[in-house]
Amino acid sequence: MSLDWPIISAVTFLPLLGALFIFGIRGNDEIAVRNARYVALWTTVITFLVSLFLWFEFDASSAQFQFVEKHDWLSGTISYHVGVDGISMLFVILTTFLMPLCILASWEAITERVKEYMIAFLVLETLMIGVFCALDLVVFYLFFEGGLIPMFLIIGVWGGARRVYASFKFFLYTLLGSVLMLLAIMAMYWDAGTTDIPTLLAHTFPATMQSWLWFAFLASFAVKMPMWPVHTWLPDAHVEAPTAGSVILAGILLKMGGYGFLRFSIPMFPLATDQFAPLIFALSVIAIIYTSLVALAQEDVKKLIAYSSVAHMGFVTMGLFTLTAQGVQGGIFQMLSHGIVSAALFLCVGVVYDRMHTREIAAYGGLVERMPIYAFCFMVFTLANVGLPGTSGFVGEFLTLVGAFRVNTWVAFLATTGVVLSAAYALWLYRRMIFGKLEKPSLQAIADMNPREIAIMAPLVILTILFGFYPMPVLDVTAQSVEALISNYQSALAAAEQAGVALAR
Amino acid sequence: MDPEVVETAPDSAAADPVEAVVEAVAEPLFAYAPIMPEIVLAVGAMALLMLGVFRSERSAEPIMWLSILLLAIAALLILAQGNETRLLFEGTVIVDPFARLLKLLSLLGSAVAIFMSFDYLREARIMKFELPILIVLATLGMLMMISANDLIALYLGLELQSLSLYVIAAFRRDAIRSSEAGLKYFVLGALSSGMLLYGCSLIYGFTGSTEFIRIAQALESGGANLGLIFGIVFFIAGLAFKVSAVPFHMWTPDVYEGAPTPVTAFFAAAPKVAAMAMFVRAMLTAFPAITAEWQQIIVFISIASMLLGAFAAIAQTNIKRLMAYSSIGHMGFALVGLAAGTAEGAQGVIVYLAIYLVMNLGVFACILAMRRSDGMVEDINELAGLSSNNPLMAFLLAMLMFSLAGIPPLAGFFAKFYVFLAAIQAGLYPLAVIGVLASVVGAYYYLRIIKIMYFDSPAERFDPMPMALKSVLGVSGIIVIFFVAYPAPLVDAAEVAAKSLF
Repeated sequence: MSLDWPIISAVTFLPLLGALFIFGIRGNDEIAVRNARYVALWTTVITFLVSLFLWFEFDASSAQFQFVEKHDWLSGTISYHVGVDGISMLFVILTTFLMPLCILASWEAITERVKEYMIAFLVLETLMIGVFCALDLVVFYLFFEGGLIPMFLIIGVWGGARRVYASFKFFLYTLLGSVLMLLAIMAMYWDAGTTDIPTLLAHTFPATMQSWLWFAFLASFAVKMPMWPVHTWLPDAHVEAPTAGSVILAGILLKMGGYGFLRFSIPMFPLATDQFAPLIFALSVIAIIYTSLVALAQEDVKKLIAYSSVAHMGFVTMGLFTLTAQGVQGGIFQMLSHGIVSAALFLCVGVVYDRMHTREIAAYGGLVERMPIYAFCFMVFTLANVGLPGTSGFVGEFLTLVGAFRVNTWVAFLATTGVVLSAAYALWLYRRMIFGKLEKPSLQAIADMNPREIAIMAPLVILTILFGFYPMPVLDVTAQSVEALISNYQSALAAAEQAGVALAR
Repeated sequence: MDPEVVETAPDSAAADPVEAVVEAVAEPLFAYAPIMPEIVLAVGAMALLMLGVFRSERSAEPIMWLSILLLAIAALLILAQGNETRLLFEGTVIVDPFARLLKLLSLLGSAVAIFMSFDYLREARIMKFELPILIVLATLGMLMMISANDLIALYLGLELQSLSLYVIAAFRRDAIRSSEAGLKYFVLGALSSGMLLYGCSLIYGFTGSTEFIRIAQALESGGANLGLIFGIVFFIAGLAFKVSAVPFHMWTPDVYEGAPTPVTAFFAAAPKVAAMAMFVRAMLTAFPAITAEWQQIIVFISIASMLLGAFAAIAQTNIKRLMAYSSIGHMGFALVGLAAGTAEGAQGVIVYLAIYLVMNLGVFACILAMRRSDGMVEDINELAGLSSNNPLMAFLLAMLMFSLAGIPPLAGFFAKFYVFLAAIQAGLYPLAVIGVLASVVGAYYYLRIIKIMYFDSPAERFDPMPMALKSVLGVSGIIVIFFVAYPAPLVDAAEVAAKSLF
């Protein structure tokens, strides 16, 4: 299945084109600012529409990379090679889907340096799409790390009070993890003679080398994911980032870690994965329980949601490393669902933050009296965050737990307590903010969501409920690729075992 | 200079006297063609000197332009040469693709440094014709260093370059810091030259030759002994001083801070390139047989430079001092490529130097533009809020900083990529790991500058940027940002150049 035009490059670089347009807008008056907003909105909408072609034209019955493009770039062995398969395609769509919402969410909240803000977001979109499409490790790394630059500026320039601390922490933490992965990429280059991902997927690395490489990749993806205990940058970054920045962080940047595990760690280092899966389980379970407890104690709405993100990512890593069809599919589904739900939750926080300019939970209460529509949206997403059946959150959590149950019942049991805890903190948050009596004088005049905000929330509500009842569109797309991933993994393990037996004789 | 090549006129040609004369002139000219750029610079510098002396102060600006022209002619002559390797003066001077590429980089660095200094010199009332001429002479020394294939040729080039640099450092005679910088540089430089010479004499004593090729042959058959190792240690110490690698870096911050800013811009660019090129050629062509012996020294100074560059720069508030520590760190990264001791490593060093040169010139264009009505400012806090006062300059400087930190997709990433690629291939894992970790620490202080420009509230505006600085910053910024789109030319040229060393 392929189109006669380079769709991947088009989707990747369209936002960059929009950024160039905005760069060309002169002046700083009202008109220039409005133009910048509209150019950004149209660019992201068009990118989203073009990216839908990917979904329509995608051949779900094949595990191969599709829409592949390959051009010479760096000295023969390293080339600009892009394409998508069942695992990565949906992340591209998720990215292009969330971006217009981010631009809309920043419509009135951002009043300073609007042009630069829009440019940063569009550049970030290009880099994020590139991460999911890259079929060459160096190209992947370029996009993966490049995203730090716009995100650093977004947090640092348009962020809250402690933005400098948060942006530095975000940048240095992520960079520290990534440079070790860079060295691993180089080692792989010298071992396999290429950084081409399809070739590397077929390459067998020596067993001892696999462990080192696995840990180097873990350093990067664990920080990005983030996994306990390297998650501490996330609450800071989330709290200080502007609303749209939090949305992108939670919705997409966190998914890069999970995607990295799926694309690199598991298929390229199967022996190491097999060996260290228990470690991942342990870290995942700690993350699920510990960060859920931490979330209970938060006073700040955004921080609470940030910790709940870490807990949900725990389900993802647990699911992925079960290496069962249910676990991996569940992990992917959980990532997509979390991308929608946590993004929506941060948007919800943004709605009241724009009105009250505080994120203290205690500053709210009884919002349902003045904001019924808001209360409804917030409820849908809160329940989805809890994992109530009928919302998309349920499908992912359920599948990952099923996968974990097959591998290790204790892991499944402990992780399930996390579901209970998540109900506790999420519902308690909802009660404190929405229910109760509207007593605070500052809230007396608060207005319900305006049409722009409703337009942002509506698609997210629909998708949350749709995927809760009918997850097949997603699961169908990923099924073949996941199956191929698992069968390759099993055969690699079997081959290694046979080689071991042969050696023992 | 009395080469043998001259005695070539064959008997048959004597029949026609005109032809004989043509041949007698053309032959040596042809034989010297590979070092034509050096000859042009030498003769040109002397001519300009006379011009300056006879026409005195008024002639300073034309001489600046003429010096740039001279450097450009030398660059064109190099570009006109083919791709072959030529040996001159009995093999003491070599002109190969490696030499050509690095000479071009040095010439570029020198020419741009002169180009950027007009406004500063005018403002500081030190527009004197000696400066461009000294830069040309220093550049001549650099070209000789890059082409040196013999310890004595190396020393000649090095001293010509160093003596010019000492004078330039103290060029602002009435400023005490500038004189101090010059004196400090001179004393320490002389010490390092002494060590280098002592090393050379030991190497000569234990191998019986000063020619790199002969030394390599002697080591091939005889192996290393303690005396030779001693010689190499002193030799490396001298070279490390010239590239300002730890533990011979102490002069760098003081000299960078004390010297007039355009001179600092010059110091940070071309001489570093030339010294590193000389370092690479000396180690890889004279001592390939005992790589294991010198590798550990290079690994040590590389690690020490990277760490010191990263940590010491954190506390700096003067941007010139900060750039001094930054350059120490960057030389450490470049040495990672040399430590690998392979063609890939040499390629990494070349790519690193080229990108470093471009980034540094861009950054110094910004530093030279940090001027208010009451004079130059050097405190990094003066950059506060530059993003609202001068968005374009802030943006380009931010990109240069990200690039210096080695963040993809900017050019600085590729510089680090190639040196670490070589280190991994050579199995130098601890070096590579420490190196990348140092680069994370280093990222902190580059980010700090970006933070000051973008996150802090605006300080007073700077004077408008002069055209020359604008153009240098613009070109440098464009190269740094768009290198990713088309990296092949530099990478391929570096590969060819690196192969010519082996």
